[in-house]
Amino acid sequence: MNPAVLTLHEAGEKLRKHELSSQELTLAAFQRISETDDKIHAYITLCRDAALAQAKEADERLKQDGNAQPLLGIPIAVKDNFLTRGLRTTCASKILGDFMPPYDATAIKHIRDAGAVITGKTNLDEFAMGSSAENSAFFPTRNPWNMERVPGGSSGGSAAAVAADQCVAALGTDTGGSIRQPAAFCGVVGLKPTYGRVSRYGIIAFASSMDQVGPITKDVRDCALMLEAIAGHDPADSTSTDRSVPRYSDALTGDVKGLRLGVPKEYFISGIAPEVEHAVRDAIRLLEKNGAVVEEISLPHTEYAVAVYYIVATAEASSNLARYDGMRFGHRAGAKDLLETYMLSREEGFGPEVKRRIMLGTYALSAGYYDAYYLKAQGGRALIKQNFDAAFQRCDAIITPTAPSTAFKIGEKIEDPLQMYLSDIYTISVNLAGLPALSLPCGFDGDGMPIGLQIIGKHFDEATILRLAYAYEQATEWHRKKPRIED
Amino acid sequence: MKLTREEVQKVATLARLHLTAEEEERLTEQLDAILRYMEKLNQLDTSRVEPFTHAVDVVNAFREDKVTNHPNAEALLANAPDTDQTFFKVPKILE
Repeated sequence: MNPAVLTLHEAGEKLRKHELSSQELTLAAFQRISETDDKIHAYITLCRDAALAQAKEADERLKQDGNAQPLLGIPIAVKDNFLTRGLRTTCASKILGDFMPPYDATAIKHIRDAGAVITGKTNLDEFAMGSSAENSAFFPTRNPWNMERVPGGSSGGSAAAVAADQCVAALGTDTGGSIRQPAAFCGVVGLKPTYGRVSRYGIIAFASSMDQVGPITKDVRDCALMLEAIAGHDPADSTSTDRSVPRYSDALTGDVKGLRLGVPKEYFISGIAPEVEHAVRDAIRLLEKNGAVVEEISLPHTEYAVAVYYIVATAEASSNLARYDGMRFGHRAGAKDLLETYMLSREEGFGPEVKRRIMLGTYALSAGYYDAYYLKAQGGRALIKQNFDAAFQRCDAIITPTAPSTAFKIGEKIEDPLQMYLSDIYTISVNLAGLPALSLPCGFDGDGMPIGLQIIGKHFDEATILRLAYAYEQATEWHRKKPRIED
Repeated sequence: MKLTREEVQKVATLARLHLTAEEEERLTEQLDAILRYMEKLNQLDTSRVEPFTHAVDVVNAFREDKVTNHPNAEALLANAPDTDQTFFKVPKILE
């Protein structure tokens, strides 16, 4: 058997039993990369030599320690918006040039300390702004299930790499669905933890009140193990929580009896693909059959979420991206004076979607429009949060589709930014409210494209959503299906 | 009210973003469509809620005021477009 197909927990078990070495596993991942990545383009930067050195070190540690940590020796891909010491970090933007981070993001430090092997940096929409990975300044990533389709975004490279067995697991970030939607489109598992659960230190900032780090994995158990490794308080991120980190894998009991599930009626109205709706309804019925109690709920402000999100997110982005001024790092244009240096460096360095968002955010924050847009959106955000608070009085988790459709075609929405924004409708409310949510495979459409089921939990209740997801996964076979990558 | 090209120019200057004539034209059109969509927020009654800026209850996170200098100035300067010894070299600010 090719070890590249193993899940993290399967590979970990073999490593600890010495049936497999980390070097064999790492080589298998790089073999898959060399066979498939000229078609998929999941990675921007590979670090084979460093990875094999880390694998060798892991094998030494595995020899001495039969109870090694779950991530020891496991090849993991990292979205290229995490700072990785000594490993080029681009954020899929030209403005960063060949930026060489002088330090590791805290999440990277955690996985390195746990002994993970970093395979490389994966493609994304520039500055994590997009839903298709087409906004990369380098190249679009393709969906392993169909090369004509997008892998989703912005963590499209990470999701495609996991789906294509080019790594065992991956890290992504999620500001409006950027882990969950690509996970759904690529038929893998993706978790956006509660805001504050994982440190954002060393993540290239997009919208700081919503950005969150999370895992993309082959199954739910892997997701729990990855979250255990990266969660926790970090003095360098004052929004990270000092709550203790539960052993999430203990929540994977397979038992959902008595859990109360809310199904928001506003998520099943116009615009949803019929096959997506069927698959999600079937999933809900299955959970009900296994003892969960299902109830229809209402999240009445759902239809305002896209408008609220694209004001809040772009306002924060316009402010965060002010640091790209060509002075201390990144691209500097040749210009006659300081102002022109700023204007031209940014003109040359940023791509069209990033410019659009900077413009939109600057507009929403500018004198005369602040109250009508930014402040109004913050009011809308409060209402969306209240909707969830009320719903969680009655239920333990909320079940929805992850996206209204399966993966769309490359080029289909890129010319129409508003249509692209509207495709985030089911994921963005979660970020506005700071909640945790997970996407896992729940079927395929007639074209053979994966469908994602989203489970939303209460603040800091990742355990319940993992428990539900695991129970569903145990009762189905979707997660075992693999794409056949054609020439 | 339709977004004008002058407004787009003004916002671009605020954002320190030079736009080509073509970009200006396209952005005027696209931003106008997006802002029209955003107008649906006017239907919302937000008079009874506090504007909500943070997703979880965050209070001030106090810590000890300890100096922790980054030990690797060389690596920091290595990313700079222009340097002079241990300084970032930038364009002249005053004439």
